[in-house]
Amino acid sequence: MISQFFILSSKGDPLIYKDFRGDSGGRDVAELFYRKLTGLPGDESPVVMHHDGRHFIHIRHSGLYLVVTTSENVSPFSLLELLSRLATLLGDYCGSLGEGTISRNVALVYELLDEVLTTSTEMLRNFIQTEAVVSKPFSLFDLSSVGLVSRGKEEEMRIGLTEEFCVGKSELRGYGPGIRVDEVSFHSSVNLDEFESHRILRLQPPQGELTVMRYQLSDDLPSPLPFRLFPSVQWDRGSGRLQVYLKLRCDLPSKSQALNVRLHLPLPRGVVSLSQELSSPEQKAELVEGALRWDLPRVQGGSQLSGLFQMDVPGPPGPPSHGLSTSAPPLGLGPASLSFELPRHTCSGLQVRFLRLAFRPCGNANPHKWVRHLSHSDAYVIRI
Amino acid sequence: MPYLGSEDVVKELKKALCNPHIQADRLRYRNVIQRVIRYMTQGLDMSGVFMEMVKASATVDIVQKKLVYLYMCTYAPLKPDLALLAINTLCKDCSDPNPMVRGLALRSMCSLRMPGVQEYIQQPILNGLRDKASYVRRVAVLGCAKMHNLHGDSEVDGALVNELYSLLRDQDPIVVVNCLRSLEEILKQEGGVVINKPIAHHLLNRMSKLDQWGQAEVLNFLLRYQPRSEEELFDILNLLDSFLKSSSPGVVMGATKFFLILAKKFPHVQTDVLVRVKGPLLAACSSESRELCFVALCHVRQILHSLPGHFSSHYKKFFCSYSEPHYIKLQKVEVLCELVNDENVQQVLEELRGYCTDVSADFAQAAIFAIGGIARTYTDQCVQILTELLGLRQEHITTVVVQTFRDLVWLCPQCTEAVCQALPGCEENIQDSEGKQALIWLLGVHGERIPNAPYVLEDFVENVKSETFPAVKMELLTALLRLFLSRPAECQDMLGRLLYYCIEEEKDMAVRDRGLFYYRLLLVGIDEVKRILCSPKSDPTLGLLEDPAERPVNSWASDFNTLVPVYGKAHWATISKCQGAERCGPELPKTSSFAASGPLIPEDNKEREQELPDSGALMLVPNRQLTAEYFEKTWLSLKVAHQQVLPWRGEFHPDTLQMALQVVNIQTIAMSRAGTRPWKAYLSAQDDTGCLFLIELLLEPENSEMQISVKQNEARTETLNSFISVLETVIGTIEQIKS
Repeated sequence: MISQFFILSSKGDPLIYKDFRGDSGGRDVAELFYRKLTGLPGDESPVVMHHDGRHFIHIRHSGLYLVVTTSENVSPFSLLELLSRLATLLGDYCGSLGEGTISRNVALVYELLDEVLTTSTEMLRNFIQTEAVVSKPFSLFDLSSVGLVSRGKEEEMRIGLTEEFCVGKSELRGYGPGIRVDEVSFHSSVNLDEFESHRILRLQPPQGELTVMRYQLSDDLPSPLPFRLFPSVQWDRGSGRLQVYLKLRCDLPSKSQALNVRLHLPLPRGVVSLSQELSSPEQKAELVEGALRWDLPRVQGGSQLSGLFQMDVPGPPGPPSHGLSTSAPPLGLGPASLSFELPRHTCSGLQVRFLRLAFRPCGNANPHKWVRHLSHSDAYVIRI
Repeated sequence: MPYLGSEDVVKELKKALCNPHIQADRLRYRNVIQRVIRYMTQGLDMSGVFMEMVKASATVDIVQKKLVYLYMCTYAPLKPDLALLAINTLCKDCSDPNPMVRGLALRSMCSLRMPGVQEYIQQPILNGLRDKASYVRRVAVLGCAKMHNLHGDSEVDGALVNELYSLLRDQDPIVVVNCLRSLEEILKQEGGVVINKPIAHHLLNRMSKLDQWGQAEVLNFLLRYQPRSEEELFDILNLLDSFLKSSSPGVVMGATKFFLILAKKFPHVQTDVLVRVKGPLLAACSSESRELCFVALCHVRQILHSLPGHFSSHYKKFFCSYSEPHYIKLQKVEVLCELVNDENVQQVLEELRGYCTDVSADFAQAAIFAIGGIARTYTDQCVQILTELLGLRQEHITTVVVQTFRDLVWLCPQCTEAVCQALPGCEENIQDSEGKQALIWLLGVHGERIPNAPYVLEDFVENVKSETFPAVKMELLTALLRLFLSRPAECQDMLGRLLYYCIEEEKDMAVRDRGLFYYRLLLVGIDEVKRILCSPKSDPTLGLLEDPAERPVNSWASDFNTLVPVYGKAHWATISKCQGAERCGPELPKTSSFAASGPLIPEDNKEREQELPDSGALMLVPNRQLTAEYFEKTWLSLKVAHQQVLPWRGEFHPDTLQMALQVVNIQTIAMSRAGTRPWKAYLSAQDDTGCLFLIELLLEPENSEMQISVKQNEARTETLNSFISVLETVIGTIEQIKS
C-alpha cells in the first residue's frame, strides 16, 4: 500500500529515498512534495496532501520530513503510527535522529527500511547487520550473536505502581481517595496478569525506548495546579505605554521545586522597548519574536516571584473610541503560557513503587536501573 | 571534501572500487560502496560504476551484499544487460545455507524491475514459498506480487494464487499478513483477495498473534466478510472486542470501523462503540505528534456530525495552545463550534473570544466566524461579544464581524435590533470588498432602523469613482434604492447622482446594466419598484437548510479511518473525481458493476462485489437516457476513441441485443429495423464519474462482421478498455445464443 518512502532535510534535500512499488514518478516526487508543502496556503493542513492520484502523508520529526506516498485510501492512523515508529526506530539505532546522523548512516537506514516492512519490529534487531555510526557510544549495540533466535521467557521486567491506582470514575482501592485516572492504555508487550491484584506490570520489553503506559485525567486533579499567575495590565492608549505586572505563585509543596520555568506572553504588534524589574537576579526576560519571554531557572514550592514589564506599543494613537474603556488590554496581548519541569512530581500522584529485572542482559554488564518522576508541561495557558 | 562534479566523483569511485588494495581490505571496500550509496540517494547519477558494483556483490560480507543489492535495484532499469550479469550471484545466494542471505537475495531479485527478469525469479520464488525459514517465506510471498506486476498483463497464475491461499494457514503470522497483501495485489482486477467464512474465522483466530500493523490490516480485510447470521456477527464482535482497547491508535480505529460497519443494523452497538473510542480519540487529540492530533480531530468532527453531544463534556481538550500549528487550531475551533451546548457555551465563548484578538489575522477571523455559527443557537451572548469586538476598531476584525452580522440577521431576525445599534461607526474600519458589501447590504435592508444609514451610504456614493470593486457598486445601487423606498427624502438626491454616474460614467458593464435597470424600473412607478425590491428581510428556515440534521452513523462509517475525513468530504469528492477511482463503502447506490474479467471470484462473494466495487472497475449508471439531438451533437463533436470489428454469423435480432444492452445499462438511442442492410445502431452509456460513452454499431452481413466505434467525452483509456470489454461480452453472448 505504500508506494514510496523518503526522508527530506528541513531544507527539502532528499536524505533517503526508497521506492517500494516502482509505479510512481521516481524521485521527482520528493521534490514535488516539498514544493507543495512550502506553497500550501496557511489554512490548509499539510499532513495529508494530494497530487495527481498520489497522497503524501508525512510527519515532521526533529526537523526532518518523513514522507510516504500511496495511491490508495489508506488508514491515516496506521500510516502516521508507522512513520512515528520509524522515527523512533531510526533514533534508537542511530543514537539520535537528525540530518547528520541519517546521512552518516545511510546504509543502516536502508537496511532498516527493507526489513521493517517484512519483519515485526521486535525481531528487527536480529536482521540488522550494519553498525551505526554514532557520535557517542550507544549501549544497545552489543549484538554478539546474530541469527533467528527467539527471545527466552526469562527476560522479564516487573514494574510496581502505586497500589491505590484506580482507573475510571467508579473503581475503589484502599480507603483513601486513591489515585484516579480516566483512561489508561498499555504497550502490547505488557502482561496485565498481576495488574488487577497488585498493580504490577510485567513486560518483556523490546529493545529501545518504549512507552509502557499512557493515562489521562481531566478536570478533578488531586493536587492543586502547580502555578498561579496574577497579571495586571495597565495600558495608556494615548501614549502607547503598556505596563504588565506579573506575579507567579508556585503552589507546589515547599520541598519541591520547578525547573526551567519559562513564561511566554504574546504582545501587541510592533512592541519596541522593554524595561523590566524582576524579583530575583537569576531570572531573565527578553523580547523574542513579538513576545515576552520570562525565564525562571528554578522556582521553589510555596514561593512567589514577580516581574514588572514596561513597553511601548507604537501605532496611530486612535481617539478614545465609543464603548471601549481606555484601560482594556490592547489587541494581541496574551494569553500567557508556561512551560516547566517538575522533578519528583506527577500530577496524578502515580508513582513507580519498584522496578525489577528478572534477567541478565547478554554480556556481563550489570543493568542500570534509574527511576525518575518528572512532569512536563505541555500546554499550560493562562488568560490575561 | 572538495566539491566535485558528478563525473569526477564517478571516476574517482570507479578507481577506488577497482583498486585491489581496497578490495582486499573489507572495511575500506565497504566504505567506498557506502559512499556510492550516499551519492545515489542525493540524486547523483552513479550508474557509471555498475560493473564494479556487480563485481562487489560476490562477497561473504553480508553488509556489503545488502548495499550492492540496493544499488543494483536502483540502477538495473538503466543497465539491464549488465544487471543480468548479477543474476547468477543472486541465484546462487537464493540457495545459501543462511536464511538471511536467501531472503536478501530473493528480495533484491524481485525488486530489479527490468524486462526479462521474470524468467529468472520464478523458480527462486516458488522455492522460497516452501523454504523452512519463515523469513524467506515472508519475502517470497511478497515477491509473488512483484512477479505478477512485472508480467505487466492481467493474466493471473491460478496455481500461484492457490498456493498463496494455502499459505494463509502458515504458522508465521507475518507470512499470513504478507499473503493477504500479495493476493490483494495479484487479484486487483478481480476485486482483491476473497475472504470467505473459513478464511475469515482463521484470521480472526490468528489476530492476537499478529503485530499491530498486521492487526490493523487484517481488520480492514475482514470488512469484506459478511457474517451469515446475527449470532455469528456477535460472536465475531465479541472476539474482536479487546482490539478496541489496543494501545495502537491504528488498531483501535480499525476495530472501531469494523464494529461500525458490521453493526450497521444495530444502532445501539454503534453508539456503544463510539463511546468506547472516545478515550483513545481524545488521547490522540492531545498526542505529541501534531499529525496524529490533526487526523484525530478530523475524526472527532466526523463523529460530531452524527452525535453532536458526544464530546461536549470534554470541550477543554479542544482549547488551542499558542504553540500549535495553524491547521490544528482551525480544526479545534470547528470542533468547539460543533460541540457547544447549554452547559459549556459560556466557557467555549470565552475561549473563542480570546482567539479573536490573536496576532494571526486568519485565526482571529476563523474564531469570529465560529462565534457567528454559535450565534444561531445562542444569539444574545454571541451578538454581545461580536459588538465588543467592533470596539477594537481593527480592520480585519470589523470586516468579519459585519459579514457575520449580515448572515445572522438573515437567519435570526430577533437580533436585528442589536445589530443595528452596533453598526454605526463600522464604516471607518472596513476596506475590503466583502466587508463593504456586507455593511452596505445591512444599511439598505435595515436602514430604517439605523439613523445615520443615508449618510454612511452617501459617503460611499461620494467616493464611488475611486471604488475598485464592481461588486460593491452593485450592492450600493440595490441598497440605496431600497433605502430610498423607506427614507425617500434623505436618499432621492444621492440616488439620482449614483444612477447618473453608473449609467454615464461607469465602465463595468454589469454595474452599468444594473443602473439602467433600476432607472427604467423607477420610470415604471414607485409601486412597481416596491413590489420588486421589498422582499423578506430574513429567512429563519434557511438555517435548517444550512445545518442538515444529524447524519446517520451509517452514512460515514465506511469513511472512518480513511483519508476522507482528513481531506474533508468536499475536497475528497474533487480528488476522487479527477482520479476517477477510489470508491468505497456500502452506501453507494446499487449499480451494476463490471470487473474487466470474470472468473476466480467464488460465488459466495458476489454480494461483496456489489457492495465494495473495486477501484479499477467500471460502473455504468442506469437510466441515463440521452435525447437524440444531444447524442447527435456530442457524436459529431467527438473523435472515435476506439474502433473494433467483431465476427458475426447468421441471423440477427435487434430486440434481443437491445434488451441485453439494457441489462448492463447501455441505452439504445436509435437503431435500424431488423433486416435492414446495412444495419446500424447508436448506443450511449455513462459511468458514475460522468464519463460518457457513445457507440455506433454497424452490421454488414456480406462481410459477416460487426463494426464497433466508440467515442468518449473524456479521454480515459482505462475506463474505455473496461467498457469495451463489457460491450464485447454482451455482443459475444448474443451471438452465441443465436448460433
